[in-house]
Amino acid sequence: MPSRRPLRIDADFHLPQAEVGDLLPFLDEYWQMQVVDRELPSMPFRLTSYPANAPLTRNPDFEGLDVPAALDRFGTGIAIASMLHGVVALHNPDMRAALLSAVNDYVAAAWLDAEPRLRGSIYVSGEDPAASVAEIERLSGDRRFVQVLMLAMQEIHHGNRHYWPIYEACQKHGLTLAIHAGGLYRIPPSVSGWPSYQFEDYVMQSMAFENILTGFLGEGVFQKFPDLRVVFLESGFAWLPTTIWRNDKTWRGVRQEVPWLDRKPSEIMAGRVFLSLQPVDPPGAEELRQILKHIGSTDMLLYSTDYPHRQFTGGEPLPTGLPEEALPGILAGNALKAYPRLAADPAVRQAAEAMEETT
Amino acid sequence: MTRHVVASVDGFPDKGIRRIEVAGREICLIRVGDEFFALLDRCPHAGARLSGGRLSGTVESDGPGDYRLCRKAEMLKCPWHGWEYDVRTGQSWSDPKSTRTRAYAVEAVAGGELVKGPYVADIVPVEVEDEYVVVDLPEPAARRADASTKE
Repeated sequence: MPSRRPLRIDADFHLPQAEVGDLLPFLDEYWQMQVVDRELPSMPFRLTSYPANAPLTRNPDFEGLDVPAALDRFGTGIAIASMLHGVVALHNPDMRAALLSAVNDYVAAAWLDAEPRLRGSIYVSGEDPAASVAEIERLSGDRRFVQVLMLAMQEIHHGNRHYWPIYEACQKHGLTLAIHAGGLYRIPPSVSGWPSYQFEDYVMQSMAFENILTGFLGEGVFQKFPDLRVVFLESGFAWLPTTIWRNDKTWRGVRQEVPWLDRKPSEIMAGRVFLSLQPVDPPGAEELRQILKHIGSTDMLLYSTDYPHRQFTGGEPLPTGLPEEALPGILAGNALKAYPRLAADPAVRQAAEAMEETT
Repeated sequence: MTRHVVASVDGFPDKGIRRIEVAGREICLIRVGDEFFALLDRCPHAGARLSGGRLSGTVESDGPGDYRLCRKAEMLKCPWHGWEYDVRTGQSWSDPKSTRTRAYAVEAVAGGELVKGPYVADIVPVEVEDEYVVVDLPEPAARRADASTKE
């Protein structure tokens, strides 16, 4: 039941990664045999973005908190959860598809069934759009899945037509397309080559999102799929002003090349692109206010904790400097626009209405 | 207003752009088919000579990968920053959808209905008399006395 606090929808909440052995009940006999005979349960299959002991990986404020306790901690009404599993980076397209399906089914059985505050992500690979579309179709009937999740760094740019069948399936089923920081680690996280240190890798994640946004705009994804909503997770947002300005300015001069951009890119992305609040890069309240002034709106920001990762210190993921009047939108209202399935979810609607009564 | 003969029709090629000095003013003269257009030769954005630009059209699209070239050679593209000016009105365009309306209603469309670019190039009245292109220029205040004595 909603508390007297305003409803909080956490757009970026991570479930602990399942061991490969945990996925066995969700594989067919052939893949069970393959996984066992090839001793895959001994493989960690972990993405390298969050090495276990790196300072970013563990937020001391979450220490000792399991999933329900972490939800309680911040009064989370709804958390859009993801399990960023390394099986997405497998080369074998059939094994990858089988294990991704197993991850998604595991999430539904182990987490969504057990915790009513959680909503799920259909985790797919961009490498094989046909397999990803099949997975979306397979799970689309389960309304607890509210988004399709891909990683930020892939072999082909996200705007490319290669992925459009995935985007079409998202649009068809009212599923939001989420892009989460991270990559396959066989292509450089930087467009200018391989870095040497994890420090570089992590900083470069937000730059990948700048590329992705420009690609979505230029390639016409928002025009081709007029109902598609896109959410950037763990992208940061302080880079938005310069990227938007650069898009708008350049478009004015070269729009004959991309005539489907029938108005400024900044206008096309409004209401279509949303970004998770954490990590907040501006160092203080005044800098944050300046950035928001340059962006011109807070309508694209989605409250997030990035549990269990360390993006903030202390007991409040909301940074100081957010305008008071923007909080209901950031905490929940914007998410209802970003996620058609949440807006149509009776439990969420009830909680949102309770929020309106108390504010 | 003073009328000036600035070119002969015969010597002016189709889709030609010429910079012409007349009565101390720099004019960008353009021919598109049988029509002539004249703009002051100064881009209102940053001052470039528009006569150094090129004629282009507008491109319409129903979506990614779809291209339709419209209003061929009726837009003058500034050589510096690519701002495009409608040779008929001097209006800059930043919203190609607006030109769809304009293509069929050049004279009749009220300015307030359109999403226009921020700049307007000064247009100069131009007409063809017999075999000559004639522009109609207001006289600059400083030159008026001088010019009237010559006439």
